Amino acid sequence: MDTCLNNSLSRLLIGFLAMATVGLSAVRAQAPSTCLDCHGALDPPLQVTPAQFAQDIHSQKGLTCANCHGGDPTKADMDAMSKAAGFRGKIERKQIPELCGHCHSDGAFMRKYNPSLRTDQLAQYKTSVHGKRLAQGDSKVAVCIDCHGVHDLRPANDLRSKVSPLNVAQTCSRCHSDAKYMQGYGIATDQYAKYSASVHHDAMTVRGDLSAPTCSTCHGNHGAAPPGTDSVKNVCATCHVFQALMYDKSTHKVAFQSIGLPGCVVCHSNHDVTHPTDAKLGTGPEAVCMRCHKPGDVCDQARAEMLADLKQLDGAVRAADSTLATAESSGMEVSEARIEQDQARDSLTKARVAIHSFQTPLVEQDIEAGLKIAAKTQTEARAALAERDRRRRGLGLSLGIIIMVLLGLRLYIRQIEGNSGKVNTAI
Amino acid sequence: MFASLRQWIDERFDWAALIAPLREKAVPTHSLSYWYFLGGITLFLFGIQVCTGILLLLYYRPSANEAFESVQYIMTRVQFGWLVRSIHSWAANLMIFTAFCHMFSVLFLGAYRKPREITWITGMLLLFLAMGFGFSGYLLPWNTLAFFATKVGTEITGQVPVVGHSLMVFLRGGEDVTGATLTRFFGFHVALLPGLTTLLLLGHIALVQYFGMSVPPGVEARRKAFPGEAREMKFFPNFFLRELMAWYIALGALGALAAILPWELGAKADPFAPAPAGIRPEWYFMFMFQTLKKIPAKLWFADGEVVGILVFGLAGLVWLLLPFFDQAAGKRGRKLILGAGIFALSYIVAMTIYGYMSK
Amino acid sequence: MVADSSAAPQPPRRRIVEYLLGGGLLASFGSFIYPVLRYLVPPPVAELGGDQVVAGKADELKPNSAKIFRFGSRPGLLIRNGDGSYRAFSAACTHLGCIVQYRSDLQEIWCACHNGLYDLNGRNVSGPPPRPLQAYDVHLQGDEVMVSLKREA
Repeated sequence: MDTCLNNSLSRLLIGFLAMATVGLSAVRAQAPSTCLDCHGALDPPLQVTPAQFAQDIHSQKGLTCANCHGGDPTKADMDAMSKAAGFRGKIERKQIPELCGHCHSDGAFMRKYNPSLRTDQLAQYKTSVHGKRLAQGDSKVAVCIDCHGVHDLRPANDLRSKVSPLNVAQTCSRCHSDAKYMQGYGIATDQYAKYSASVHHDAMTVRGDLSAPTCSTCHGNHGAAPPGTDSVKNVCATCHVFQALMYDKSTHKVAFQSIGLPGCVVCHSNHDVTHPTDAKLGTGPEAVCMRCHKPGDVCDQARAEMLADLKQLDGAVRAADSTLATAESSGMEVSEARIEQDQARDSLTKARVAIHSFQTPLVEQDIEAGLKIAAKTQTEARAALAERDRRRRGLGLSLGIIIMVLLGLRLYIRQIEGNSGKVNTAI
Repeated sequence: MFASLRQWIDERFDWAALIAPLREKAVPTHSLSYWYFLGGITLFLFGIQVCTGILLLLYYRPSANEAFESVQYIMTRVQFGWLVRSIHSWAANLMIFTAFCHMFSVLFLGAYRKPREITWITGMLLLFLAMGFGFSGYLLPWNTLAFFATKVGTEITGQVPVVGHSLMVFLRGGEDVTGATLTRFFGFHVALLPGLTTLLLLGHIALVQYFGMSVPPGVEARRKAFPGEAREMKFFPNFFLRELMAWYIALGALGALAAILPWELGAKADPFAPAPAGIRPEWYFMFMFQTLKKIPAKLWFADGEVVGILVFGLAGLVWLLLPFFDQAAGKRGRKLILGAGIFALSYIVAMTIYGYMSK
Repeated sequence: MVADSSAAPQPPRRRIVEYLLGGGLLASFGSFIYPVLRYLVPPPVAELGGDQVVAGKADELKPNSAKIFRFGSRPGLLIRNGDGSYRAFSAACTHLGCIVQYRSDLQEIWCACHNGLYDLNGRNVSGPPPRPLQAYDVHLQGDEVMVSLKREA
C-alpha cells in the first residue's frame, strides 16, 4: 500500500510514457487505464502487464479493465477500485459465462465490432456438458476463460490463440488428460494421448492442414458434448462422404444400430484413428472383421475375397512401379506411364473406400479398373526396357565398328611405318 | 578423279605452297609425347559440341514455358534425340576435363615458355570460355537443379565488390533468375560464346602452327647434350593417324556413356518452390563452391565470401599471366610455377572430392 | 630403302589392312550419319504439350458437363457452361491432390475424397481445400478447344 502511494506520481509519469509507447506499438490505441500502472508491477496472480494486455483483442478494440471488472479507470490508485463505481474485483467462475455473454450474446452490440461474429456461444454453452454441470454447481468445469484465456485473449484465427485449430487439442487436454483433476467424473483421460497418435493429428501438425479434425470438430466447441452413438457416423460423414454413403446402404448399419453400436468407431476407433491398412481385413492382430464374425461363415469368405482382390491390385501396381523404376534408372523417359500409374493407385483407393459397402462385387468393380491400368503401365514399362535393350545393341554394333577402325588404324600405321622406327626421323 | 580436281585447284591456287607447312609439320617424339594429344582431343570434342549443339537447336525452345518440354520432346519423341542430347551433355563435361588436363600438361611440360606466352593466354581465355559454355548451357533444360544452381552461382557473382551487383543483373537479365535469364543464357551459349571461341581458337591454333610443338625442358636439355638422339614424327600422316585413334576412342566412350548412363532430365523448374537440399554446381565449379562454403563468415574485418571470390579472381589473373613469371627471379621462376601448378592441381582435386563427399 | 626386321609385307595383307581401315571408316561414318538423318526428320507429333494442349473437340461436351484432360504432367478439368462457353482448371484438389469432378446438379466443382467444394471461379468455398484451383485460359481454335496457362503478368 505504502509503496504504491509513495511511487504513485512517478509511476503515473512512467506509466503514461509507457502507455504512450505501448499504445504506438499496439494494433489499435488502448484507452488510458490506471489499473495497469499497479497491476503491471504486481506478482501473479494479480499481475497483468501492459505488454500482455496489449495482445488482448478486447483491449485492441478499445475496451478497458472496467468493462468487465467495473471501477473507474481514470482514477489513480485505489480510488479506481471503488465499489461506488461498480468495481467487482475477481469474477467468480460461476458468473463468467454470463459476464462474457452480456456482450457476446447481444447481436446489436456485437454488430458494432464484428457483424459476422456468432452470438449464440452462451446458448450453446448451456447445452454442453460443461454448461449443464456448471448450472448444477460444479465450478471445476471449463468456463470461457479456461479455453480462450483472459487478459491476453486472441481471436480464434490467430495461430497463437489457445483456441486456434492448431492448439485446440492441447487446450482441452489441460483438464481432460489430468487424471487427478478428472477424478470422479468417470471418463477416460487418454483421449489426447490417443489423438496424438492419430492420422488427423498428423495432418494438422505435420502437414499443417488446418482443416484437419481436432476435438471441437467432432465434439463441438461451445456446445461440447460427445456425439451420441447414432450420430458418430454423421460426424465422420461430413468429410468422409463416400464411406458413409456406402455404409448407409450396407448390412452393418442396421446390424450395429440394433445392438447400439456406433458406426465408424467400432472398426476405426474415435480418438486414435490410425491410417487403415489392408491388415484390418486380415486375420491377424489388426483384424476387425474377425472380432465379431466366425471363421468360415459367409462374411468371413467375403472378407477373404476382398482382401485377396486388394492384394492382387496392390501387387500389380507395385510390380509395374518397380519395372518403371528400373526403366527410369537406365535412363528411359517414362513420365507418361507414371501419370497413368497414379490412376491405378486411385482405383486402389476407391476399392478401399468400397469396402465400406461390405459387398464384394462393388469392390471388384474398382479392382478390375485398376488392374487394367496397371497392366497397361506394366506393358509400357516393359516397352521402355525393350527400347533400352535396343539402344544397347545399337551401341554394341557401333562399338564394334569403332574397334574395327581402331584396329585398322593401328595396322595401317604399322604398315606405313614398318615395324622398325621409320617414323622417328632424326632432326 | 582426284587428279583432275587437283589440277583445277592448281590452276587457280598455289596448292602445293598452301599445304607445304602442313606437310612439313613435325611433332617431336619423346617419352612425354602422348601429352601432345590433349589439345587435339579438346578441339575434337568442341567440334562434337558444335555439331550436336546445332542439331539440338533444331528442336530446342528457349523460353521458360517450353524449354523443359522441348528437351523432354527431344529425349522421347525425336528419333535418336536421346543420343544427340546425351552426347552433348557428356562431351561438354569431357571437353572441360580434357581442357583442364591440357592446361596442366602445358604447365608441367613448360610449353608456355617464351616464345609461346600469347598461346598460353589465348588458351587460358579459351578455358574460361569453356567454363562459361558449361555454366550457360547447364541452365538451358530449365530443370530444378539447373535453376537453383544458376541462382546460387549468379548470387555468388553478385558478391564481387563494387561491380558485383551490376554483373549479377547483367547475367540474370534482371534481379532474379527468370525466363529472361534463360533467354540471355541461350544468347550467350549459342552466339556470343561461340563467336568469341571461334576467334580465339583460330588464333590459338595459328600460333601453335607458327611456333611448332614445344619440347619439355628436360628433353630439350638432353637433346642439346646428345643431338643425335633427337627424334620427330611427321604430323601428316603419322601423328594424325594416332590422333584419329584417340578421337575414335573418345567417340566410343561418348556413345557408351549416352546409351548406358544417359543424361538426366529431372523435373521442370518451379521458381516458387523452396530450394531442394544439396544444390551444387557442376563438378568443374565444385572446388570454388566448396571453398566458398568452408570459408568462415568473417575474416578479420572482411566478409569471408568476398575474400574467397577476390582470391579466386586474383588466382585466375595470375594464372593468365603465368608465362611472365617464368623468367622472374631467374631459375626460381620455373620452380615457383611448377610448385604453383602442383598446389593448384592438388587443391582442385581435393576440394572437388571433398565437395562431393560432404552433404 | 626400307629395312624391316620382320618379313616383307605381302601385297594381299596390305590390301586387307586398307580394306579394313577404309571399310571401318565408311561404316563408322555411316553409323554417325544414320542417326543424324533420322534426327532431322520431324516426329509426327509436333506439339510439346507444355503450356498449351488440345483439351477436346468443340462439340464433344454438352452444356453443363465436363471432362478430365491431360495438361502436361497434370490433370485438368474442362467445363462447358450452360451457355456454351468453357472454363478450365487444374483438376488436382488443393487439399490432398485427389482428382476433382464437376457436379452438374450443384454447378460446382466437388472433390470426392473429403467433400471439398469449389465454385465455378475455382474458389474454395467449403470443406478442407485451403486454396482455390489454378485456372487456365480456354480458347477455341477451329473445332478444337485449346487450354493454356494464364499468361505471366
